[in-house]
Amino acid sequence: MKILPPISIEARRFLPSRWDTVAALLVFGFIVLFADASRHVVEPLTSLKAAPLSLSPWALPGYALRTALRMLIAMVFSLLFTFTYATWAAKSKRVGALLIPLLDILQSVPILGFLSFTLVFFLSLVPGKILGAEFCAVFVIFTSQAWNMAFSFYQSLRTVPPELTEAGQVFGLTAWARFWRIEAPFAMPSLIWNMMMSMSGSWFFVVASEAITVGHTSIALPGVGSYIALAITHKDLAAIFWAIGAMLVVIIIYDQLLFRPLIAWADRFRFDQENIEDPPESWLLTVIRRSELLDAVAVPFKAMLRWSYRIKAPSTLRIVGRSTPLSSRAADIAWNGILFAICAYSLWRVYEFVAGSVTLPEVLHVFVLGLLTMVRVMVLIAIASVIWTPIGIYVGLRPKVAHFVQPIAQFFAAFPANLLFPVAVSVVVAFSLDPDIWLSPLMVLGTQWYILFNVIAGASGLPRELRDAGANLQVRGWLWWRKIALPGVFPFYVTGAITASGGSWNAAMLAEYVTWGTKTLHAQGLGNYLQEATTAGNFQHIVLGIAIMSVLVTIINRTFWRPLYQYAERKYKLT
Amino acid sequence: MDASTLLDVRDVHQAFPKAGGGELLVLDGIDLTLKQGEIVGLLGRSGSGKSTLLRIISGLACASSGEVTYLGHPVDGPAKGISMVFQSFALFPWLTVLENVELGLEAVGLPPKEIRTRAIAAIDLIGLDGYESAYPRELSGGMRQRVGFARAIVVHPNILLMDEPFSALDVLTAENLRTDFLELWSEGDLPIKGVILVTHNIEEAVLMCDRVLLFSTNPGRIVTEIKIPLRQPRERQDPEFSALVDRIYVEMTARRTEKSTPGSLGHIPGSGFGLILPRISVNLLSGLIEELAAPPFNGKADLPEIASDLQLEIDDLFPVAESLQLLRLAEVEGGDIKLTDNGKRFANAEIDDRKRIFARLLIRYVPFAAHVRRILDERESHTAPKTRFLDELEDHMTPDLAEQTLRAIVSWARFAELFAYDDDSSMFSMENPT
Repeated sequence: MKILPPISIEARRFLPSRWDTVAALLVFGFIVLFADASRHVVEPLTSLKAAPLSLSPWALPGYALRTALRMLIAMVFSLLFTFTYATWAAKSKRVGALLIPLLDILQSVPILGFLSFTLVFFLSLVPGKILGAEFCAVFVIFTSQAWNMAFSFYQSLRTVPPELTEAGQVFGLTAWARFWRIEAPFAMPSLIWNMMMSMSGSWFFVVASEAITVGHTSIALPGVGSYIALAITHKDLAAIFWAIGAMLVVIIIYDQLLFRPLIAWADRFRFDQENIEDPPESWLLTVIRRSELLDAVAVPFKAMLRWSYRIKAPSTLRIVGRSTPLSSRAADIAWNGILFAICAYSLWRVYEFVAGSVTLPEVLHVFVLGLLTMVRVMVLIAIASVIWTPIGIYVGLRPKVAHFVQPIAQFFAAFPANLLFPVAVSVVVAFSLDPDIWLSPLMVLGTQWYILFNVIAGASGLPRELRDAGANLQVRGWLWWRKIALPGVFPFYVTGAITASGGSWNAAMLAEYVTWGTKTLHAQGLGNYLQEATTAGNFQHIVLGIAIMSVLVTIINRTFWRPLYQYAERKYKLT
Repeated sequence: MDASTLLDVRDVHQAFPKAGGGELLVLDGIDLTLKQGEIVGLLGRSGSGKSTLLRIISGLACASSGEVTYLGHPVDGPAKGISMVFQSFALFPWLTVLENVELGLEAVGLPPKEIRTRAIAAIDLIGLDGYESAYPRELSGGMRQRVGFARAIVVHPNILLMDEPFSALDVLTAENLRTDFLELWSEGDLPIKGVILVTHNIEEAVLMCDRVLLFSTNPGRIVTEIKIPLRQPRERQDPEFSALVDRIYVEMTARRTEKSTPGSLGHIPGSGFGLILPRISVNLLSGLIEELAAPPFNGKADLPEIASDLQLEIDDLFPVAESLQLLRLAEVEGGDIKLTDNGKRFANAEIDDRKRIFARLLIRYVPFAAHVRRILDERESHTAPKTRFLDELEDHMTPDLAEQTLRAIVSWARFAELFAYDDDSSMFSMENPT
């Protein structure tokens, strides 16, 4: 199983289609709408001051629980989003043509960008209540989880084997029954894998989502993230370590109570019916399966679901797929008309919003900053590749070491690198280093592990006969690296590097603007620009920054990663 | 040692540590010599350690004890002059045919010009000209294995090791490749001096080899050596050829009385609770019984004949025959298989009677199945967790084999409706859902 690369890399076309343009316009239209609406509700929200956080380790279990809950709620919303959005996109050609590019643009928007322009909106939803801030935090975590899940689900729905669908039709299953009995189960293993990656990725944003500062509004929701933020302000190293411990515990609990049972359970949905060597197991799942009490509890739900399969839509509504060409043409025209209207409106709003305060030189300036960040991301990914690829190959070829290293690498990938920022600031200050260069490593701190564990997976997946063939032909040294090891892991490396690169762009907003106590360091770049705009509450600049970052990320995906990925899949894929 | 000896294997043992402690013996006291101009076949069922032995000979793996000498020098690490052809071809998918063939020469460090000349020569010899710039994925299985051969001989090895090189190919392609190889070999066009061929295909062994070494399973031992004195090219229709094939079948199904060879050929290894069962579906058992009961066999068949009739390799046929023998549904001896009275009754019965017969034999001849049933009967809840039985089996065998055996018992017991098993909760019980 592997992580899916962003849509623009999977996409067959190189040039953005009109749907990409439509999608981009819609996203930015919405962003502007949110930002604009929220500008009018910026009011002192003094009533929102929560009880002051404590740095005592005894407060941590409570905070950890709240953080874990937030992540779980976000996961529930991500699942809802996945089941609706991806299903709709897969079922309707017309809608899918728009929804998938839309998802691509959403994937390229920096997660923390969502934070800046939605905070005030969410706060205004429930004025004077902490609930608004909670909405916002959950929303940010949601944005870091949902996109790849939806995309994975969409991909699975598109590749349901036709014989399964046909079997469903033969048995007269309704669309609803088909979804739950055929399509969702088929998509389950890949979806669960992506849920796991999402959960681990969202840790990075927990810190930022709980301790929010946008303009004059600053809120600290009780949670591990705010605890860490407070520890950073107070330069409390011991507290940082406590927080790391709490995180580790939460990660382990999630693994044991949620993901391991899910993986073991989803094993039955694997479509290839071969017996694998050791099927995933989970003690919790075994307990659940053996429990008669839980069985009894499940009975009414199962009955309800089964009953729901029998509901048939009234026959007048069952014209999908049988519509005449004429009505379908008319619907096309109507659909395009509506889209055109929305796009025009979006364009107008974006123009109006940005035109007031954003000048062409400003756009150019932000673009140059974007290029700076881009150079940083690229250079660091290159350095991380040079370091981790050989190590990954070395580890991957030794199953015993790999067994031990793999989970550690996965933990590091989940580990929010912002925890290590304090150390970085101290070092940069102590040796009076140039922050433009020496803050950069922070960007790949959390994301380099994707390269490592993908390469490990690739190397350990090299068939033994292939390695034997190399040894038998006396291939050694550089020739071995060049002709066997590096090509062997290449497709895995590329997927890892793509994930790492995407993550690094997201990390830029934190890594170019680093605080430890009262000391703040800046590195020139788009991330810093966005963070400063956020602190100042300058919504025009936030929108501009996000737009330029999305455009840059999409361009890099299409011009660099996409050809590389397709080349790797074509030439280096085993079997 | 005389000068024509290419390779000498003396008293090689191979053992792997078991998960629960102790050792699993894979190869036991292997002696083998390869002389110039010989093709030696290693014939045995899967799990007899033939491929492990091949890896030890080539220096890819290290024996636990014993010695391998190649031209008088001990083998320690991948040996120059010993080339290997793999079952799965093991071509590098990112290299073209030419680059795959050149790789071994590059490793030796020859000048580029010579590399090219020799690679092209090998490609021509093996019949691949025109395919130089193709990638393996563009080739058919047969063409891929030709690349495997070209890659192995281009380095001019003294010994060529072949690990079931034709078993991944369809029947026609395999035959075509064998014929071409034998032709090159008999005419002395190949730059190799001796060949070791690992196979589980009896006819292939008789077709290609000068000597065949028969391997037993668990642990792998050389049971006997059979010389094939036929001249190349050999014909399958030749009565001498069939006689040799028959002889190998007889050897492989011979009952061995001495206790010192547990798991000798033709028998299910182990006894009592220690019976190691293969995972054979009841459909296969019934299928073979029906085939045997019907004309032209009428209850008794020559194993080679029924194998070629049903297109079964020995790895498919033997476990089925042995399971029938275990349940006393059939007798296997002297290369023949014969239905017992139970077997005949089973063949003529309707499904419910078949289940009854099968259940009775299962309880009688598979002690552990009877044991599971007894435990379930005795318990008040009539249920028991899988681990309970697995632990018991593991006292007698490795965890892997215990799992395999328990799965086999479950699948047979399900057919016999002896007891039920729920894989979700890993629980045995008496009731099937009604």
